[in-house]
Amino acid sequence: MADVVVEQGRLARAVSPRKKGASLRNVLGRKSTVAFFLTLPLILLITMLVLYPAFYSLYLATLNKAMTKFVGLGNFTFLFKRETFWMVVKQSCIFAITAVIFKALIGFIVAHFVHNIPGKKQRKWRGMLLVPWVIPPAMSTLAWLWLFDPSYSAFNYTLSFFGVGPIPWLGDTFWARFSVILVNVWYGAPFFLIMYLAALKSVPDQLYEAASIDGANWWQKIWHITLPMMRNIIAITTLFSLIVTFANFDIVRILTSGGPLDRTHLFATWAFQVGIQSSDIPLGACVSLFMVPILAVAAIFILRDVNKRGNEA
Amino acid sequence: MSRKTLTRRQFVAATAMSSTALIAAPYVRGAYAAGKLSIGFWDHWVPDANEASRALVKEWAEKEKVEVSIDYITSNNKKIELTAAAEAQAKSGHDILQMPSWWPHAYSENLEPLNDVMEPLIKQNGEVNGTVKYLGQSGGKWLAVPATPGSQIKGPCSRIDLMKQHAGIDVQEMYPAGSAPKADNWTLETFLKAAEACHKAGFPFGIGLGETTDSVDTAGAIFQSFGAELVNAKGDVTVKTDEVRQALEFFKKLIAVLPADAPSWDDASNNKWLISGRGAMIMNPPSAWAVAKRDAPQVAEQCWTHGFPSGPKGRFAPFLPYFWGVWAFGKNKEAAKSLLVHLSSPAAIEKFVAASGGYDLPAYANMTKFKTWAEVGPPTGTLFHYPDPYHQQTLSIAASPAPPKIAQQIYFQATLTKMALRFAQGEKLETALAWAEGECEGFMRT
Repeated sequence: MADVVVEQGRLARAVSPRKKGASLRNVLGRKSTVAFFLTLPLILLITMLVLYPAFYSLYLATLNKAMTKFVGLGNFTFLFKRETFWMVVKQSCIFAITAVIFKALIGFIVAHFVHNIPGKKQRKWRGMLLVPWVIPPAMSTLAWLWLFDPSYSAFNYTLSFFGVGPIPWLGDTFWARFSVILVNVWYGAPFFLIMYLAALKSVPDQLYEAASIDGANWWQKIWHITLPMMRNIIAITTLFSLIVTFANFDIVRILTSGGPLDRTHLFATWAFQVGIQSSDIPLGACVSLFMVPILAVAAIFILRDVNKRGNEA
Repeated sequence: MSRKTLTRRQFVAATAMSSTALIAAPYVRGAYAAGKLSIGFWDHWVPDANEASRALVKEWAEKEKVEVSIDYITSNNKKIELTAAAEAQAKSGHDILQMPSWWPHAYSENLEPLNDVMEPLIKQNGEVNGTVKYLGQSGGKWLAVPATPGSQIKGPCSRIDLMKQHAGIDVQEMYPAGSAPKADNWTLETFLKAAEACHKAGFPFGIGLGETTDSVDTAGAIFQSFGAELVNAKGDVTVKTDEVRQALEFFKKLIAVLPADAPSWDDASNNKWLISGRGAMIMNPPSAWAVAKRDAPQVAEQCWTHGFPSGPKGRFAPFLPYFWGVWAFGKNKEAAKSLLVHLSSPAAIEKFVAASGGYDLPAYANMTKFKTWAEVGPPTGTLFHYPDPYHQQTLSIAASPAPPKIAQQIYFQATLTKMALRFAQGEKLETALAWAEGECEGFMRT
């Protein structure tokens, strides 16, 4: 409503050009102007820390290895011919999709459990279940590394009592992939839990009561009430998590450094190995930029869906 | 009050004297008359070893009247490499930066030539080994000065008792403290037999097959012992040769008797393997022994560091030098060069070796017989053969003699260990070779 009043004020000034001082006051007094100035520090911060590096990496990706010559898309065409690159693409997809599915599933189930815990106790459980998410991943992954350690693995020690193992957690391709996904799920599931819990709390109880009167069982309530009511939050959470998981670096770097035989490399870890360790910064920049089109396609589809449902509503 | 007038002659004389004083000013020093110097040193893992460099720099700074600041940068998580990359990009940073083996070549365009420092140092300290020349020189230009702190040989560190008991090898007799090695029979064949015997007895050799330096360095020395090169000195891909095939056949037999999770080992895994008492040998500088001395003294007193087994083409030992580089964009290059000369004096080098308990290795031929290596223990003499005092080994680095910018890719992409592992895990020999050939062709980018 206030915006409309301000707009009218602006139009009124247009017909009386003498009041220039009042016009500036009006512009500064607009909600949108105030909002712009309030967000300006953040915009500047994002420009410095996100936009500048993003455009700089685009520039780097167009240089030759010695960074002395412009090669256009030469680095990209070189990458497309590399067997290891396609393996990294495949692995990043397997890692991100599997991890996001499990995080969403575990988050959804645990959110229901927590939702059904009454009052005070629920706060305690919420706090405890968020612990993996609030510990810096570099630290918690080190603890996981010790659990998987070749010489002192606590898991293998425990399994030995049941006559199982020892399992080469990080030394075998299958188990190494399993381990990095497991740690990512452990770290990321609480994010889904808290988002889904918030969504669950916003579903009106009357809908469930009406469904009960109609004789719906628990599965029908979930399928016809909970899931449709949570669709948008599920879509947004999935998109956000997909982006973060695709760009994961610390878990793989600490646990396996991409091994064995490169079978756990993701875009970020391989970009680091190629760019920093092998001193080929342009190629490293290329590898990391390759995430952008994949994630952009996912973002377009998911956000379009959310937007469509928003318009329908 | 009388006022003296200034004649033209007096004015000219006064101006000339003032100009002379200004030009000669650096020689009339105030507290920090020779400016500032900023240094990035590798943060030594041995407690208090940084004190040696701190004291030496302070001693020099007081004499030369230079204001010095030192940053000790950890090598954990490639912090030094990241610092070097950032400084080279920004063309700003420390005046002197300590950098790992491959970095002088990687940033050769950004480094100040140091021939005027290195040539007198070689005259003073003796010739440097081939690996230092390979990594530190480009087209006759010295890119950096070999640093004693951090430089290391990754030779075998054996358990005296386990090797004697299970492999029938007396490593102390083979490499006696205080005298020349009697290691003619210490060949890769003997090494493999010992590895098999120790594996059978439940104490496998702890050799990693991962992608970090310890794994790659061991693989490199074994490949070189067979004369196997993936890329030769001219830059030609030479993967499909009999030498490479022989090295892979050897590796396949060795991998069969290594710990099952060796493909996931990092640079800490072999240390833990030795300290836990689970293995009869690892390939490492004396850091594992030093930690064992603190945490598992019963293991430490059974450790003996010695030479690498020889192969058909000679006895090669993995040598990993650190370098001190001076950025071409540095602000006080003359002071930086003067400090590097001071840090490379025989007295300074001996201090570095003593402060690190024998871990740090000078790159100069005349400096392999300091008393630290003869005296430290237990057991006394355990490090006597660590610096290769009788020059019986060729100190080498994996992936050499390929041109350094190509070799760096082979090294950090761990092509050697990956190829060996692929073959050992069932891939056909020719398929593994074809894969490695493809990788090497990709490393030819300029």
